[in-house]
Amino acid sequence: MPENTSATVEESAVPVATAPGSAVKGMKKDKPERVASMWSDARRDLMHNWVFLVSAVLILALLVIAALPGLFTSGDPYAKGFCDLSNSVVPPSGAHWFGFDVQGCDIYTRTIYGTRNSIIVGVLTSVLTTLVGCVLGMVAGLRSGWLDVLVSRFTEIWFAIPTMLGGLLVLAMLGTGNVVTVSLIMAVLGWPQLFRIMRGAVITNKQNDYVMAARALGAGGWRIAMRHILPNALAPVIVVSTINLGVYISAEAAFSYLGIGVQSPNISWGLMISDGQDRFLSAPHMVLFPSLFLSVTVLAFIMLGEAVRDALDPKLR
Amino acid sequence: MGRYVIRRLLQAIPVLLGATILIYCLVFLLPGDPIQALAGEKKADPNITAILREQYHLNDPLYQRYWYYISGVLTGDFGTDFTGRPVAEIMSETFPVTLNLATIAFAVEAVVGIVAGVFAALGRGKFLDNVVLLSTLLLVSVPVFVLGNVLQLVLGVKWAIAPISYDSEDMTTLILPAVVLASASLAYITRLTRTSMMETMRADYVRTATAKGLSRSRVIVRHALRNAMIPIVTFLGVDLGALMGGAIITERIFNIPGIGGTLYQAVYLRQGTTVVSIVTVLVLVYIAANLIVDLLYAVLDPRIRYA
Amino acid sequence: MTTIDKKTSATSAPLLEVRDLHVEFHTRDGVAKAINGVSYSVDAGETLAVLGESGSGKSVTAQAIMGILDMPPGRIPKGEILFHGEDMLKMSAEERRKIRGRRIAMIFQDALSALNPVLSVGYQLGEMYRVHLGLSRKEAKARAIELMDRVKIPAAAARVNDYPHQFSGGMRQRIMIAMAMALEPDLIIADEPTTALDVTVQAQVMDLLAELQREENMGLILITHDLGVVADVADKIAVMYAGRIVEQSPIHDLYKRPAHPYTRGLLDSIPRLDQKGQELYAIKGLPPNLMKIPTGCAFNPRCPKATDICRTEVPALVSVTEQDGGELPGRGSACHFWKETIHG
Repeated sequence: MPENTSATVEESAVPVATAPGSAVKGMKKDKPERVASMWSDARRDLMHNWVFLVSAVLILALLVIAALPGLFTSGDPYAKGFCDLSNSVVPPSGAHWFGFDVQGCDIYTRTIYGTRNSIIVGVLTSVLTTLVGCVLGMVAGLRSGWLDVLVSRFTEIWFAIPTMLGGLLVLAMLGTGNVVTVSLIMAVLGWPQLFRIMRGAVITNKQNDYVMAARALGAGGWRIAMRHILPNALAPVIVVSTINLGVYISAEAAFSYLGIGVQSPNISWGLMISDGQDRFLSAPHMVLFPSLFLSVTVLAFIMLGEAVRDALDPKLR
Repeated sequence: MGRYVIRRLLQAIPVLLGATILIYCLVFLLPGDPIQALAGEKKADPNITAILREQYHLNDPLYQRYWYYISGVLTGDFGTDFTGRPVAEIMSETFPVTLNLATIAFAVEAVVGIVAGVFAALGRGKFLDNVVLLSTLLLVSVPVFVLGNVLQLVLGVKWAIAPISYDSEDMTTLILPAVVLASASLAYITRLTRTSMMETMRADYVRTATAKGLSRSRVIVRHALRNAMIPIVTFLGVDLGALMGGAIITERIFNIPGIGGTLYQAVYLRQGTTVVSIVTVLVLVYIAANLIVDLLYAVLDPRIRYA
Repeated sequence: MTTIDKKTSATSAPLLEVRDLHVEFHTRDGVAKAINGVSYSVDAGETLAVLGESGSGKSVTAQAIMGILDMPPGRIPKGEILFHGEDMLKMSAEERRKIRGRRIAMIFQDALSALNPVLSVGYQLGEMYRVHLGLSRKEAKARAIELMDRVKIPAAAARVNDYPHQFSGGMRQRIMIAMAMALEPDLIIADEPTTALDVTVQAQVMDLLAELQREENMGLILITHDLGVVADVADKIAVMYAGRIVEQSPIHDLYKRPAHPYTRGLLDSIPRLDQKGQELYAIKGLPPNLMKIPTGCAFNPRCPKATDICRTEVPALVSVTEQDGGELPGRGSACHFWKETIHG
């Protein structure tokens, strides 16, 4: 997470919603000063939480792999002559740790290079949904009235279409997908969740004593929104967005697996699993290694989100 | 209570209308010519194309076509696909299969999830709790299609203890697919139940119940679980719709002739009416499930009922 | 041996006697010593007020008596809780459960959170009869209505199916009292029963509690931080500080002549009409951190009289006498300088 994000949140925040999909619950809030100490408590807590440390290290490693795959393998999966049909379905060996696939391509290299697409989809979708959800949620929460009603009703309609179903529909209609289209479609379908959390958090925070106090002291509406409400309301959003990152990565793999996400020759773990699944019993390595990377990546983001949530929610300690 | 029901029913109408419009636009605004898709690889005959386009109102503006469609749906007529087959007939063949699958999955996740969650919460920090936490984390992170394939091949092919393919005569062949379909939600429900239960077990009224001299099981079931169920029921309702959608992948893995395969094929062949109808019915199920949840919510929590 | 007969037990042993009770909580940050050797007793028909700030251990003692302490993190390393002369800490969980609610009942501070929000008050009251007496649902409801009548809830029969949130604060606390009274227990522990209520309602609820206690000849332990509440209803009082009893006394003696600087401070901080215009006294400092209780007398950092001995030696709870050595029955103080405090 970028340094500046945590710094703004630091000022005063406490999570309002704790889980994706769960109703946003109002919690009794303390004054900002007390809440600030809760954030430093949370940070101290995280530093001693092995779930957080393990997931943070994993995510760091995955980010490095995604940015600089060349550091981890000498092969280039997009180069001509990378695959050699005479190596088809050769099992793992000392020189080729993960073995070869049906086309005779080195699975280790392809898995390493596949990391980037997964991370891009996850981050892009998460950032887009968070941005849209936050801005609209903030506006709807702050300015109750016709705008709130309009956007809220609109999200209700959006919500009626399950993300997986909608994504499948659009991607299948388009016929060809890539990293950007998959991310965009999931973002278009997924933002209402963040909108709801943000709106709920803003409304809860609006009624807090310290916001009332700030208003009584003559602080302007915009200033209250930026300094007091936004930092507070962001906490639950950050937690859910982190967990969602893993969920989106998993969804991309599912779309690619179904043949409507990332297309060959681009590399996607979902595509690799789909290619290898018919021979799972005779040559499990083709499915095993991309599955392992996929699962660990998803796991890391979910664990990170949950660790942050637990640290912010002292009730669950 | 009666007014609450009516209000919720009325609120569902614009949502349903909006959702169908959205789906309709989605399907018909995206590129791809259905008539050409019907003809396959070879060039379609322009004369036939013209007749078909007229017959299916393809030349009319979108809003008009939506109007034709939705007024048909409201009278129970889902229209026909481009081969002339009634969409209602297609759906009535495949929907029950998916409904069976989703229902079994729903039962699995509700029963196993709540029981496991309650036990994990009661033994917080102990062995069982850690087992539950770890296994649910794994279930969430392993994608459904990986889990489905591995289970099918290992349990079905290698050890031959589960049926490999679906048999319409034998409902037990749906159990393994249902477990796979339920897996992710099952993990989520377990964790939600655990959290919710841990929270309510600390509530003052649970302490009161203990102080009344009630047995531990009565304190847990009557006083704590009853309250802890409120967020769980919410999730279960939302999930019923998601299960119907998720069935598309599961049905593909296990070769089940349900709505998923039909939808997939219809999308591929640009059978717009079929696609819209299937998705509409799925969305209808979803909205209905949410409605039931809202009503159940009011039964569980009197504070909502009398609000 | 553990079944206690209501009639024969009224011989010599007090109704409830707590002896040298210790309770500690094991947390991540260390061990909090919540109770460090508390002893008190209460007889049938008697009202004992337990007074103290939050964190003094008054509520924890009550929870230990009820057997509703969370263990872990709570632990009782030492002490006895004798009910009709028998140590409840040695009883099985099932034996204790049968005492809870039926022989010893508890009234909690905040009735809104202490009553289950999703069950009707009739159900929650009737549950006492269904679980302890095995009555049917219908019989239990009839008894619940009787109970609600008894605690003077208007239109009881019409309101029996209502939920806690539909009642006012005072009515909810009456329901709590009704629940405690349901099986006519020998002892009721009321933990700040009126703190959450409006002042006018406080008096009504307190009167009701006192009236019911008189009628049933029950023992009552009244936990409070408010000296004003206890004056009219209590027979004797125990003042707690940092998990110890620092002073005990028959109620009216205490108001006239406190024998501990802490009690004196509490009395001086009550606003009085005859001192209108003067600055109100306040005990300086904060209650101690239970993980780091000061050595010697726990009150010494806040005490105006503290000397070196107060910082090194824990004062024992000793009998307090008149200046001439005449007895003051029931009085005790845990202060090295009790003589100066009471007679000075």
